Amino acid sequence: MNNINILIVGVGGQGTLLASVLLGNLALDKNYDVKLSEVHGMAQRGGSVVTHVKISEDKVYSPLIEEGDADIIIAFEELEAYRWLPYLKKGGAMYVNTQQWLPMPVVMGHVEYPENVMKTIEENAGKVKAFDALKLAEECGSVKAVNVVLLGAVSNDLPFEEDAWIKVIEENVKPKFVDLNKKAFELGRNA
Amino acid sequence: MEKKIMLGNEAFARGAYEAGVKVISSYPGTPSTEVTETAAGYGDIHVEWAPNEKVGVEVAIGASVGGVRSLSCMKHVGLNVAADPFFTAAYTGVNGGAVILVADDNGCHSSQNEQDSRYYGKSAGVPVLEPSNAQECKDYIKAAYEISEKYDTVVLLRSNTRISHSRGIVEMGERKEVERIPYEKNIKKYVAMPAMARVLHVAQEKRMAQIAADSYDIEVDGIKLNTVEMNDPSIGIITSGICYQYVKEAFPEASVLKMGLINPLPVDLIKEFASKVEKLYIIEEGDPFFEEQLKAAGVEFAGGKEMFTIQGEYSANMIRKAFGKEVAETVAIEDAPGRPPLLCAGCPHKALFYVLNKLKKTVMGDIGCYTLASLPPTSAMDTCLCMGGSIPMAHGFEKATETSDHVAVLGDSTFFHSGITGLINMSYNGAKGTVMILDNRITGMTGHQQNPASGKNAKGEEAPAIDIATLVKACGVKNVVEVDPFELKDVERIIKEETARDELSVIITKRPCALIVKQPGIPYNITDKCKNCKQCMKIGCPCIEIRDGNPYILPERCVGCGLCSRVCPFDAIEITKGKGAE
Repeated sequence: MNNINILIVGVGGQGTLLASVLLGNLALDKNYDVKLSEVHGMAQRGGSVVTHVKISEDKVYSPLIEEGDADIIIAFEELEAYRWLPYLKKGGAMYVNTQQWLPMPVVMGHVEYPENVMKTIEENAGKVKAFDALKLAEECGSVKAVNVVLLGAVSNDLPFEEDAWIKVIEENVKPKFVDLNKKAFELGRNA
Repeated sequence: MEKKIMLGNEAFARGAYEAGVKVISSYPGTPSTEVTETAAGYGDIHVEWAPNEKVGVEVAIGASVGGVRSLSCMKHVGLNVAADPFFTAAYTGVNGGAVILVADDNGCHSSQNEQDSRYYGKSAGVPVLEPSNAQECKDYIKAAYEISEKYDTVVLLRSNTRISHSRGIVEMGERKEVERIPYEKNIKKYVAMPAMARVLHVAQEKRMAQIAADSYDIEVDGIKLNTVEMNDPSIGIITSGICYQYVKEAFPEASVLKMGLINPLPVDLIKEFASKVEKLYIIEEGDPFFEEQLKAAGVEFAGGKEMFTIQGEYSANMIRKAFGKEVAETVAIEDAPGRPPLLCAGCPHKALFYVLNKLKKTVMGDIGCYTLASLPPTSAMDTCLCMGGSIPMAHGFEKATETSDHVAVLGDSTFFHSGITGLINMSYNGAKGTVMILDNRITGMTGHQQNPASGKNAKGEEAPAIDIATLVKACGVKNVVEVDPFELKDVERIIKEETARDELSVIITKRPCALIVKQPGIPYNITDKCKNCKQCMKIGCPCIEIRDGNPYILPERCVGCGLCSRVCPFDAIEITKGKGAE
């Protein structure tokens, strides 16, 4: 691995920040250079949010992933996967939590939900792993564990051994949630 | 030394800690908030939330006069509020080092404008430093204190969203214990009255001229602030801050002059660099701040602002495209529906704006989460100008329209920030309008910082909670009503009564932010009594969607606030007995 660009997308409040912090610390532990760029403030109130994670053996300059340059997109929500699809590199991998979270303009009937969302993603991504991460998170005891369930799934595509992931979870998650998140990671990894 | 992944803002805080800073006073504002928040976690520093940025800067300047290193942090528009002390502190200079950290918001991620704070440094006449990554956030704030004390000047440290909210690897250092510099009375330095100010202005110009003269190779603690990276001499790029990172990614082959000290500009260094490259370009986000000065200095360049834009953020691809370089192929898709942010499930503001919408009131709004209530379906806000602007605007509107049927609406933190002066003005100048203060006990939008009504200080310790009703009464307001915004009928009656009253009124809605007080968590459910009137859709709850033509509450998202059941005219919405109950 020379470098890997991971875009984490979702709806404000879904816990995308923890996912990027875990990835960032994993990269640091393995002596890669890493930059992350995230969204705070207004968009966190239920808006579309994106976190850029750039990991490289060489120096990382811009913290932003450009369109067509993400090796992996981790989408916490189906429409967000679709929205950010143009950022996926040709042949890149898309991990989608199949949960749907309709934006208010769609709920209000002001805008139509696009047709063939998953079909478009499947036609354009090199690899698609779509599954109900919310259900798995509920099995672990918290809907908030969607982030770590998704990371568990993505971990199969990244060159970090399982122990390194567990260590980074133990070091960055509040002690009382460590076991829950370890379980979430395992369920995601085997999903 | 240990390395950590840090947010730019966390690195600023770490740098302040390592620089031996003793006093930090700030008002929260995205994207600057986490500097002060992180610093509050370090011992050995007095860290506080001030009611506004002007107070924060004044506290920092007072601490500097008292002989310690001090810091005040704010967002770009906060510096407008603090501009008064800032400009004159540029004359008086410092005793202990004083740094003002300002974070711009190119792209308006969480702001009402995109103003370029670099002009403040130039206009006030203070040096401005601008880091380009998290490590530099830490290094440059330390350098800023050295420069502040060496040249006897306040230093402006400029960040922006992409610097403050990006994380990178930062090497930790030790805290330097800085001895307090004894205070000596010196009215010629610290009393900025006309006779002194004229002399101080001369001194200020002189030190800026000295810094300009030193800027060619200015170096602090082994760190060169302005650096030249000579590569292919056919293209030379002058840049700074986050744009440096975009330039390096898009143009690894170009020669680059990266400025860390961006005011005063290192004009001699720029001219020397210009003479070594064939074509010179200036790449800067925001206004043509470098460009106009370099034009005036007679530097010839092949391209600048006209190749880019004044609005929004730049990127490596924007630079590639401007120079005709190739960019990665992308998939073309039909536009996805927008997902604007919205008030949270359980938010007390939703209830109030539902009523304001129902009453079709004209609402002078303000800055906070509640600004989101201007969007559908609540659609209950007419204006949003600046912090505290709602109250004076309502007053002006009253004088223009000769009616007082409209309301001003602002949050508790915004009221303390600069709403109270507007209220004093209304009271003093015979206003008859109605002001609504939304007391949720916290500064919500920026991520829950304590404020003077919270009962806690920046370090989370117990603090006096200022009672808003008492304060309002002391401003001469006779009609002060407190109400729980979820008591919709009361809210409606009170708004009708107070707007009809021929006297100034203040309505205080009291209910804590849904994110700080744990919600019941038991989901509500729409029963078969539902007549599909969709009244519950008018509160804009993120947990209610339409399924098969009928409103449906998503149990995994419902926090159990019950607002929907309160607006339902058919009592069709009921709490489920327990989690997971059918």
